[in-house]
Amino acid sequence: MKSSLVCLLALAAASLQAADLSKPIEALRAVGKEGQGNEAAGKAWQEIVKADAATLPEVLKGMNGANPLAENWLRAAVGVIADDALKEKKLPVEALVTFLKNTQNSPGARVVAFDLIHRADEKLAEELTPTLLEDPSSDLRRHPVAKLIEAGNVALEKKDNAAAIVAYGKGLGGARDEDQIKVLAKKLRDLGQKVDLPKHFGFLMSWKMIAPFSNADRAGFDTVYPPEKELKFDAVYEGKTKEAKWVDFTSADEYGKIDFNKPFGMEKSVVGYAATDFFSTEDRPAEIRIGCKDGWKVWLNGELLFARDEYHRGAKLDQYKLPCQLKKGKNTILVKCCQNEQTEQWTVEWEFQLRVCDATGTAILAAK
Amino acid sequence: MTMKTISMCLMMCLVTGVVSADWLQFRGPNATAVSTEAKAPADDLKIAWTADLPGRGLSAPIVVGERVFVTCSSGPGQETLHVFCFNAADGSKRWERAMRSTGRTMTHNKTCVAANTPCSDGDRVFALFSSNDLFAFDLDGNLLWLRGLTFDYANASNSLGMSQSPVVMDGTLVVQSENDSESFAAGLDVATGRNKWKLERPKAANWTSATVWKNTVALQSSAGILAVEPATGKTVWDYSDGASTIPSSVGSGETLYAVSHGITALAPEKGSVTQLWRNEKLNSGTASPLVLGDSIYVVNGAGVLIKASVKNGEEAWKLRMKGPFSGSPVAAGKRIYIVNERGIFQVIDPEAPEGKVLKEIELQETVLTTPAIAGGAIYVRSDAKLWKLQ
Repeated sequence: MKSSLVCLLALAAASLQAADLSKPIEALRAVGKEGQGNEAAGKAWQEIVKADAATLPEVLKGMNGANPLAENWLRAAVGVIADDALKEKKLPVEALVTFLKNTQNSPGARVVAFDLIHRADEKLAEELTPTLLEDPSSDLRRHPVAKLIEAGNVALEKKDNAAAIVAYGKGLGGARDEDQIKVLAKKLRDLGQKVDLPKHFGFLMSWKMIAPFSNADRAGFDTVYPPEKELKFDAVYEGKTKEAKWVDFTSADEYGKIDFNKPFGMEKSVVGYAATDFFSTEDRPAEIRIGCKDGWKVWLNGELLFARDEYHRGAKLDQYKLPCQLKKGKNTILVKCCQNEQTEQWTVEWEFQLRVCDATGTAILAAK
Repeated sequence: MTMKTISMCLMMCLVTGVVSADWLQFRGPNATAVSTEAKAPADDLKIAWTADLPGRGLSAPIVVGERVFVTCSSGPGQETLHVFCFNAADGSKRWERAMRSTGRTMTHNKTCVAANTPCSDGDRVFALFSSNDLFAFDLDGNLLWLRGLTFDYANASNSLGMSQSPVVMDGTLVVQSENDSESFAAGLDVATGRNKWKLERPKAANWTSATVWKNTVALQSSAGILAVEPATGKTVWDYSDGASTIPSSVGSGETLYAVSHGITALAPEKGSVTQLWRNEKLNSGTASPLVLGDSIYVVNGAGVLIKASVKNGEEAWKLRMKGPFSGSPVAAGKRIYIVNERGIFQVIDPEAPEGKVLKEIELQETVLTTPAIAGGAIYVRSDAKLWKLQ
């Protein structure tokens, strides 16, 4: 009876603390573009950092659904509370584990929770690591994948190829970051295993392409050429140096590069378009991720997702992440890719790579 | 502080001969790279302490009183943004804040997301990163406000990375995010982080930092140099004959030494600019020039330090140093200090007839940044360490 009373009092105290913080947390969540809400957030932040360590899960919960700026306000507050709690050995580790295990919580907040658990109890963090292999957070997946790479390497040293293949294969299944995927793909291939990287990443490999329209003075970026008005694949248009016709192109590059130079030659100051259909099994949120060092625009089902007029400053996988909504059935993706006038050797590329995935980076494979 | 305390402090300074001055931004006081302290660091410099850093950084340290601030970026995609405060006396950590990038973190391999040097108005520290994330802290690490400038302006980024360091003047923080796409400079209220003004800038990648000079902030770009009032962003004068996009210009006395066609000495007046001289052979590599006494010093792309007259640009001597250099030289008293990319810290006597390297200290790390000078000491950072040399 006495212990129940203590529990009730503790719960009441905890809920009071949570209630006390709800308004300042809301003030942090209300920050927006161009410094909107900064004044109120600054005051609210001062209130939150004075809170007891027991409130950490509540503050972390504030990150759920928050915009990235609000997440940073909350992340900084968690850091201050946690630094003091760690010094005093008062970090609520058990509550943080519960928070981590609830995958409905925001990936960013769960990463913070895991880091705190790791700082407080490294052994416990090690124990939790294997459970994170299929986690919604690609950051959290890195830990078990790294362990599996280690395990595979140990097996390989012992000449146990079968165990190494199992570890690397499991690691590849969970890996979402390019650096780890590259390592695992090489290890598996060295052991005679087949690895389908385009499928793993979800690159779209087959496109219809048309070029060359003019990009003289880089004006083509904003010029609306016929493919932006109609996708008529038997049409022929006046191009910059020759007739512009649609051609079929399937990439043989395992990183899904769609290279305009291949079907159209190494043109300069030109615009090309690539179109493809992606069949989704359901209505769902997704990300179209593109890497491109030329000027580009991407449309999904006629809606412009983003446009970028930077040339030859570098490209990489997932350089730009474009949140979007797929509809069940056919989704048409149109890419405009603009080559500029530069003639240096490092400005030859007129290409892009594009994949469809979820927010974790897990490939969404087309229904057909 | 009472009058009595102030008098006692002044007395102490007179007795010891040390008047400490803060190093509040990239290239220190007014972005001149020259310390204003009465007593320069001694020639028998040694490593006083070393602090470990958890991530990369081309940003220089800054010093406010007894606090040394430095930024880093870490993580597989450099998404974690660190701001550190160390005690100048012993290198112990006072506080650390770890944030997450909201903008793009892609950079060329040589640079990184912690490339912009933070700045301070003496009460606050403003930390800007290549991802366009900007944080304002008080000196004790309390978060005052933050901005995500790519969150605000979605095409403001450079896939090679950005490095323009902010400056603060008269209650306005001036930030630049100049790139091929959505290129701008803005003046922000230091108390709230809200825009006071925002200017479109030339659509061209730019890694230079502003020069604080004669109550203006001089914004350099490939187009030239635009001097604006910090509070309003209004043009004071505009030099449009082009300028470098890597090394930054320097102001001294009544003259602005623009990194433009070598060095072009400008005497701007309200609305107009008079060219005093131009020496196209004073070609800066990556390092920004500095003015010490009646000479200007330029480090060219071959790692040669060139001394020239500020009166007419006439060359005095050339001194080959151990390069290559990514960071800029700084100076105090009668010495110039610079660290090469291999971590060789070099002390130069610019008054020797042909210039002379007096001392070298091997830091044994790659160093791509510019030192800071405060309290008779020099601070240098690498991707893994922060050193105090004294």
